[in-house]
Amino acid sequence: MKRLILALILLLLILHQDIWWWDRIDPVILGFMPIGLAFHVFLSILTAVVYWLAVKYWWPNDVDVADHEAAAPRNSGAEL
Amino acid sequence: MIPLWVILGYLIVLLLLGFASNRVSQATQVDYFLASRGVGPVMLLMSLFGTTMTAFAMVGSSGEASQTGIGVYGLMASASGIVHALCFFLVGVKLWAFGKRRGYLTQIEFFRDRFESDAVGLLLFPLLVLMLFPYLLTGVLGLGGCISGVTVGAFPELFKSTNGAVPPWLSEGIIVGVVLVYIFVGGVRSTLWVNAFQNVLFMGVGIVAMFVIAEKMGGLENATRMAREKNPSLLKRSMDDADKPRYEAAMAAYEAKVSSWKETKVGPPPRMPHKPGIDPLDWLSYMLIPLSVAVFPHLFQYYLTAKSAKAFKLSVVGHPIFVMITWLPCVLLGVWFVTGEINGHPILPPDTDPNKVLAMGIKNTTGPLLGGLMAAGILATNSLDAQFLVLGNMFTNDIVVHYAGRDRFSEKQLLRMGRAFVVVIVVLTYIVSLAEPRSVFKLGTWCFSGFAGLFPLTIAAIYWRRATKWGAIASIVAGGAAWIWLFRDSDYGAITDYHVAGWMPVAPIVAVATLALIVASMVTAPPGHATLGKFFRVGTAN
Repeated sequence: MKRLILALILLLLILHQDIWWWDRIDPVILGFMPIGLAFHVFLSILTAVVYWLAVKYWWPNDVDVADHEAAAPRNSGAEL
Repeated sequence: MIPLWVILGYLIVLLLLGFASNRVSQATQVDYFLASRGVGPVMLLMSLFGTTMTAFAMVGSSGEASQTGIGVYGLMASASGIVHALCFFLVGVKLWAFGKRRGYLTQIEFFRDRFESDAVGLLLFPLLVLMLFPYLLTGVLGLGGCISGVTVGAFPELFKSTNGAVPPWLSEGIIVGVVLVYIFVGGVRSTLWVNAFQNVLFMGVGIVAMFVIAEKMGGLENATRMAREKNPSLLKRSMDDADKPRYEAAMAAYEAKVSSWKETKVGPPPRMPHKPGIDPLDWLSYMLIPLSVAVFPHLFQYYLTAKSAKAFKLSVVGHPIFVMITWLPCVLLGVWFVTGEINGHPILPPDTDPNKVLAMGIKNTTGPLLGGLMAAGILATNSLDAQFLVLGNMFTNDIVVHYAGRDRFSEKQLLRMGRAFVVVIVVLTYIVSLAEPRSVFKLGTWCFSGFAGLFPLTIAAIYWRRATKWGAIASIVAGGAAWIWLFRDSDYGAITDYHVAGWMPVAPIVAVATLALIVASMVTAPPGHATLGKFFRVGTAN
């Protein structure tokens, strides 16, 4: 799954370089968004979907720190 | 006067949020600077998003879109959505875990510990402060200018010299004064609450403004149709054939003006016409700029406020959507304002200053209430509070506490010291802003490239076991030297379209910093087992 998600993130970065629509206005999506803008709005939504997959299936397993593993408060005996 | 009242109301809400947050605060450093490491997913998303969205998001994006067109969305917004959230995922979560395990309060504490070196901290401290300060200053000057712009004609008797507008010394004083009060009483918790309120405000106002203004222009479709008829280049990323004659005429007029200006040198130099379109290499290298969010000290501080690693999940997924909601209206409005007409009259006069496109466009198309709300929304796009606070934290913990010894101070003294540093930094920023150092805006944009130059160091510190103290030092020095050399070569930012072999300066800076890090790390002794044990699991590869 990690490889698939890495590949999807790489795909996002490649899709971002959308040179294929560099010189185009049409089609105008929803009647007001030229394709060069609509595609990047779609890319923002796609990014959220890919990152949802990332946090669901590629969440690091060494980052959950329980309170007892945390560093002791500094100056714990100092006056307040 | 209505916009002024709306802004005053907005500022009062900020103060109320500051005092309210104070009621749940504890008198400890970790509470004042890190909200006792207890921030949940929603507030973390709000604070990370609010801090990455500077005044550029509203004012800058509309102004840039009025010149460059819809490509600005991809150049800055969708790229930021991809890169920022990736930084939260790959960098923020890990740093939070290190911070909680090791009890860090600042970024430099982490780097000192990871690279077993005081020298790394000594190199980083001035660099981070020097890069953060111009960024801070641009915020103060920009927001002060915004209040002055909105209040033109409001006080004709009181402020004659500024056409009745609140003068910058007063507007900037009000801004820093309000921020100082709420961060002084509420610390980072107040900034979290304020950020949440500000995000709702500027996202909501942006969307409402887009629909209200489109309606006045005859609908969304009609607004885009007018742009297509008047300036089709703004709807794509290259110059349209229809726009070539106009651009060539504008360039000819500019060259004539420049030669006459060179003879007299009276007044400011003429502004060069913007060439429509975006260069694909600029587009590619611009992707490196958002890497700076992995290095910003104020974002590091927000990472440490999280209650758990899981709290980051919402930020990673929600950030690209929040960026879209904020930027889409601003980019469309920028294009529509410079090309649109209402009842046969252009919304804006030709050659309107890009920085004034949003404010003037809203003023000319909507009523004073929406104008005031939009101005408040613009004021909301700042991260001054977090920047002031992190500088106070750094001076307290990275300098005084680190070198004088933690045991010499009680918790109460440390808290007082932190607050005192915050006050000193705010006052200093205000004093410098009075000199109106407008050139700082050029420096401000270069600072993003400087922060991005520290990205290789950050990512290597987290993921590369072989990264050494000397690699870190070499990376900081080489990246810093490349930054200084290129900044000088660009005539200290005066050459605004400065490039290196077609690339934006951030690309060679990141490349040099990466190369120095790898070479110096490989030729020096690896970090000790004790250090690696703190930051890497046993048996993991690089």
